[in-house]
Formats: sequence, structure tokens, C-alpha cells
Amino acid sequence: MLVAGLVAAPAAADDNARDRAKKYVEFGIAVAQRGLWKEAIYRWEQATRIDPGYAAAYNNLAVGYEHEGEFEKAREAYEKALELDPHNQMVRQNYELFREINDRASRSRSR
Amino acid sequence: MRPAAAAASLALALVVSACTSFYEVPIETPIQPKMDVSGFQRVLIAGFLAGGSEDVDANLETVRLLRSQLRSKSNLRVIDADVLPLLEIALEHQASLGNESGGTNGNGSPAGDGSESTVGVQRARAVDPATVRIRDEKDLEPLETIFANVAYWKKIGEEFQNPLIVTGSVLFIPHARSGFVQREQEYFDRLGRRRVVPVRTYMERKGFILRPKFVFIDGRTGATLYSETFREEILYSPQQATPALSSYFELMDRLVPSFLSTLSTQKIRGSRILLK
Repeated sequence: MLVAGLVAAPAAADDNARDRAKKYVEFGIAVAQRGLWKEAIYRWEQATRIDPGYAAAYNNLAVGYEHEGEFEKAREAYEKALELDPHNQMVRQNYELFREINDRASRSRSR
Repeated sequence: MRPAAAAASLALALVVSACTSFYEVPIETPIQPKMDVSGFQRVLIAGFLAGGSEDVDANLETVRLLRSQLRSKSNLRVIDADVLPLLEIALEHQASLGNESGGTNGNGSPAGDGSESTVGVQRARAVDPATVRIRDEKDLEPLETIFANVAYWKKIGEEFQNPLIVTGSVLFIPHARSGFVQREQEYFDRLGRRRVVPVRTYMERKGFILRPKFVFIDGRTGATLYSETFREEILYSPQQATPALSSYFELMDRLVPSFLSTLSTQKIRGSRILLK
């Protein structure tokens, strides 16, 4: 009983973190849909702090950074999202589209 | 995005949506300008060394087009001034350089007898610009030293209160190419259905090559800050009679976004998926 309780405790804590992070993620999505991207980024950053294993939060954060032209941060966030959830095709698709634009911007800067 | 990829991603999205919540949102990705122009409030599109087709005054048309584009698509104030006859100025500059170096051309060999109408052999004397024909890059090359004439551009800069100066060269050359061209031919089958099949035909097509070089000069110092060369071409089938000026604008239309992205932030529209 005691052993079972000790094993279950961290999992419960993780669930709690995910639930809390999810609230930030959802709020971030709602404000991003209204064009308030800076506010959305702030919420998704909070979500990744609360739950550093939450791939969706990193994906959204990457999209937000991309929208703000912060390409280096966007790349890092996309890569983190893919590291956490390598088989997520939606994250991969976002990343591919981002890379296409980022390559174009890099070419412009280096020309 | 390609249609196949779009369809695949849509199908995938539908499958995944069964287990994940996602939202597609439009985004505008800003691409930073290639040049930092924060030190300038005004821009002077000065003039261009122009050559190629005589049907289009590429100097005048390029100045007019770029000025109007910058007026509506950049924060820089565009200076209205007479277009510089840059070919004339460059020839004078070239002649002065030739005289300084003892009347030899850039390769160290003596200048020609003037019977040629191209630039290379006429460098050591003052030349009537009306007799000069710029036909290709080779003809332009000796004249392009004008862009490195810091004293000249500094003087122009002082005259217009130190703006960012845009100059360069524009070659608009008639061009012809023959070969096999694939085109689509339509026909109606026995059941009256419209069909389209690719057909390869030998064709001699005519058109133009546009090769502009944009040079951005700091009006405060006369020094070149940045330069960029583009090349675009267009070919028409023999049945098409497209005026040279229309072709010029068609080709410039392709280049203008790249030109603008040198000076001002451009936004790329797209969409991304947000996940819960």
C-alpha cells in the first residue's frame, strides 16, 4: 500500500502539472486566435515552465516566435517539440514550413 | 504548399483530429530587410546605366517604377529629382580615368581608333553618349567603376541632404531561343469528352532578358553599402506580339519584391497548427 502510494505520487504530480500547463496552452490558443500573439507567447512560455515535457506547448511557442520573427527561438522550440514527440506529423509539418521561410530569410541576410 | 502535400496533410490532420485537438491559425512571418536603413529617412533613386533594347528607356522607366514602389511600400521618403543621365556621367568619369592612365583601356592596351561604337575602345576620350551602345555586360563593365567613385556620390548626397542613394545598371536585351517546347493540346474523344495531351513542338521564341544591378550608396560617405544583381527572362511564341515596354514591366514585376525586401520588412502569409 505504502509502496504503491510512493510510486503513484510522482505520476499524480505530473498529471497535475500537465493539467495546469494545459490551461495556459488553451488560453494561449484563444488569445492567438484573436491576434494577441505576445500574450499567447507569454502563456505558452509559462506552460513549458510548468510542464517541460509538454510537446504541444513547445509547438505553439514556436509558432508564436515565428509570427514575431524570432527565428532562432522558433527553431529551438520546434526542435524541442519534435524531441518530445518525434512522430507528431503536425509539429513536423509546422517545422518544415518554418524551415522553408527561415532558409529564405537566411539567404536574404547572407546575400 | 504543393497540392499533393496539402491533401496529405489535410487527410493526416483529419485522422489525428480524432485524438488530438488542433487549431489552424493564419500567421504572418516577418522577413527582416537585407539592409539596415534605420540611419536614413529619405531615399534618392538617382539613375541607372541602361543598355540593350532601344525601345525602352530603361534608366527612366526603372527610376519611375522604383520611386512609385517605394512611395507606397516603404517608410523612407522618396526624393523627387531629375533622373541622372548616368551613362553620360560614367563616360566622362571613364574618360578622366583613361586620361589619367595615359589613354589605355582597362587591359593596358592602347585605346582603339573610335570606329567601334561600344564603350571599351572609347574610354580615353570624351564620348558622345548618343553614339554609345551598351549591348551586354562586357560593355557595362568599364562604366560600372562610377559606383566606386566615392567623391561623386558624396557630392550627390550633399546636394540632397545625405539620403540613401539607389543606383545601378539595367540591361534589357532582346533575346531569342529555339528548341522543343511542351504545350498542352486539347481534343475531344469519341464520346465528346474534352481531353488535354502534352505535345512537344519545335519553336523559335523571342523575348527579353532583364538584368538589373541595384547599388545602394550611403549619401553621407559616398560608399557602397550593398549591391545585388538579378536576372529574369521571358520568351514568347512567334504568334505573340508583345511590346518591349510590357515585357520590361512584366520582368520588373518579378523583381520588385526582392528589391523592396532589401529596404523594408516583408511579411509572408501562411498558416500553422496549434495543439492542445
